[in-house]
Amino acid sequence: MGMFGREQLAMMVRPDRVHRALYSDPAIFELEMQRLFGRAWLVVGHESQIPAAGDFLTTRMGRDPVIVTRHADGTVKVMINRCSHRGSTVCEDARGHCAEFVCPYHGWTYRTDGSLRFVPLAHGYGRDVERKKSELGLVNVPRVESYRGFLFASLAADGPTLSDFLGPLSSSFDDMVDRAPDGEVEVAGGVFKHAYHGNWKLVLENHLDGLHPNYVHASSVQAARDAPDPAQPERYADIAIRQMRQNGAPEAIWESIGIWTTDFGHGYMADYHSDSRLVVGMDNPVFAGYRERLEHKIGKERAAKVLSVTRWNSIVYPNCSFMGQFRQLRIVHPLAVDRTIVYTYSFRLKGAPEQMYRDTIAFANVVNGTASWVLTDDLEVYERVQKGLTAQAGDWVYLARGYGGDADDAGRTRRGATGTSELPIRSQFAAWLRYMTAE
Amino acid sequence: MGAIESTGVASDAALREAEQLLFREAWLLDQHRLDEWLDLFTEDATYWVPLERGQLDPWNTSSIIFDDRTLLQIRVRQYTHPRAHARLPAARTCHQVGNVMILGSDGSELRVGSSLVLVEYRKERQRVFGASVEHRLRRTPAGLRVAAKRVDLVNSEAELDGIAFLF
Ligand code: FES
Ligand SMILES: [Fe+2]
Repeated sequence: MGMFGREQLAMMVRPDRVHRALYSDPAIFELEMQRLFGRAWLVVGHESQIPAAGDFLTTRMGRDPVIVTRHADGTVKVMINRCSHRGSTVCEDARGHCAEFVCPYHGWTYRTDGSLRFVPLAHGYGRDVERKKSELGLVNVPRVESYRGFLFASLAADGPTLSDFLGPLSSSFDDMVDRAPDGEVEVAGGVFKHAYHGNWKLVLENHLDGLHPNYVHASSVQAARDAPDPAQPERYADIAIRQMRQNGAPEAIWESIGIWTTDFGHGYMADYHSDSRLVVGMDNPVFAGYRERLEHKIGKERAAKVLSVTRWNSIVYPNCSFMGQFRQLRIVHPLAVDRTIVYTYSFRLKGAPEQMYRDTIAFANVVNGTASWVLTDDLEVYERVQKGLTAQAGDWVYLARGYGGDADDAGRTRRGATGTSELPIRSQFAAWLRYMTAE
Repeated sequence: MGAIESTGVASDAALREAEQLLFREAWLLDQHRLDEWLDLFTEDATYWVPLERGQLDPWNTSSIIFDDRTLLQIRVRQYTHPRAHARLPAARTCHQVGNVMILGSDGSELRVGSSLVLVEYRKERQRVFGASVEHRLRRTPAGLRVAAKRVDLVNSEAELDGIAFLF
């Protein structure tokens, strides 16, 4: 790793451009796993996935396999999925319930907080094995916290609190959860797991990129425009048709919407939809029943306030992208400098009419499905970018759109000059450099 | 996938007719004759590739594809756009349909099970998919047509690269 000292890294991140090696050099990727994914708070799941003691899920933090459990005392534990004996994973199920984890290799048995309960033929490991047992549990990830049901963990023992880390971006989680009449959301509806041959940053950059839909998604915009107009009674296909058409919103719309960033590389963009069937805050009669329930639970005034938030994607740098409007959350798993997996989860608004959930499923299928008209074109472009950035000619990737026009905004945010400003990417790289050069 | 419901032996003629329709469907996809392929489906047809093994319905769980005729038309249409990035060039496929069996009939519709092995090639990458498939075939004035198709991929729950072709 000697190649990339802190000075070199600093030279590769300029205010309006970055070096292509940040997307394509395996040595940089290794450093990112240690310094960025090894330090930042990462989204690892949601409380609703592990409601009862003994419930667990498995995921990754960076490349590291981890188990997230609900321990007997009700607390959430995150442990490295690696037996302390000779290293086998102790659990391979995506989700489940168990009293303990038994390593398949030689039977070492761990409690749901990772502590080592039982070692078969223990005496064979030496006389002091009983004493050592307390040190031979599964390695616990040092920091675990939750914000409004969303579970975060950090591989670093020290660092900013989750509350400092999220800062103003926590309002996007509030937006998602406040929409539930019962004040809670739950994971439901299956997990899309899509992969692409490209760097993990590409997907986070794309989700706040209002310039791309008219180009990347031109074919699905046109095919949806050619389809029959949505009519009454509503058909299942209408959500897809409406959403794909909206991606072709005029450039003036994309330019006019707000886009904000916060410390630590997070950011969010305002909604670009003008179709009232896709925006609860507009007065489409489809949402009347839902509005009523929300008003009944939290009062008319508060409900109006909740629904007045029209926010599209939010990014929690470096591993999550989510949105309250259609209750989607994506976790980014970097596998290699040029290989990334994205898990997409849907959420049910507790206490909302069934129609709201059906909208969520229909929306997930059209936008986040592995065979979606929309997503497949994004993936194609990520792979083309990755291919282009391996070329030795041309060192720089330009991120200058809107540069010079970024301005401080209310609540410790910065706002882009226009909705298509590349401010979010500049902000992600500013955070990247801080993680990568911190001692 | 339901078990075989009819204990009687389906007539050779019915089996052969169903088989020919499935083979023709596969051939049209491989030939990329998508308009003709779409014509094999009834107006109220559904085309379903569930996300989860044993998935009960397309309403409460997402699907890799769950299309009605309108959405299928959009899929077919998307290929014709000059900036259909993931579809230019279109993936080349080889659909191998086997183990065709009449699973039963409920009045006007025939339930036909088959297995699919699909080889896909695009841009220096080749992938293999396997699936068990169930068709519901309906007799119409225009001939036997597909009223529903369900494709259960063996790896539907896997981490998958984008899918820009039809099963
Ligand atoms: S590797 Fe786990 S018990 Fe030996
Ligand atoms: Fe996109």
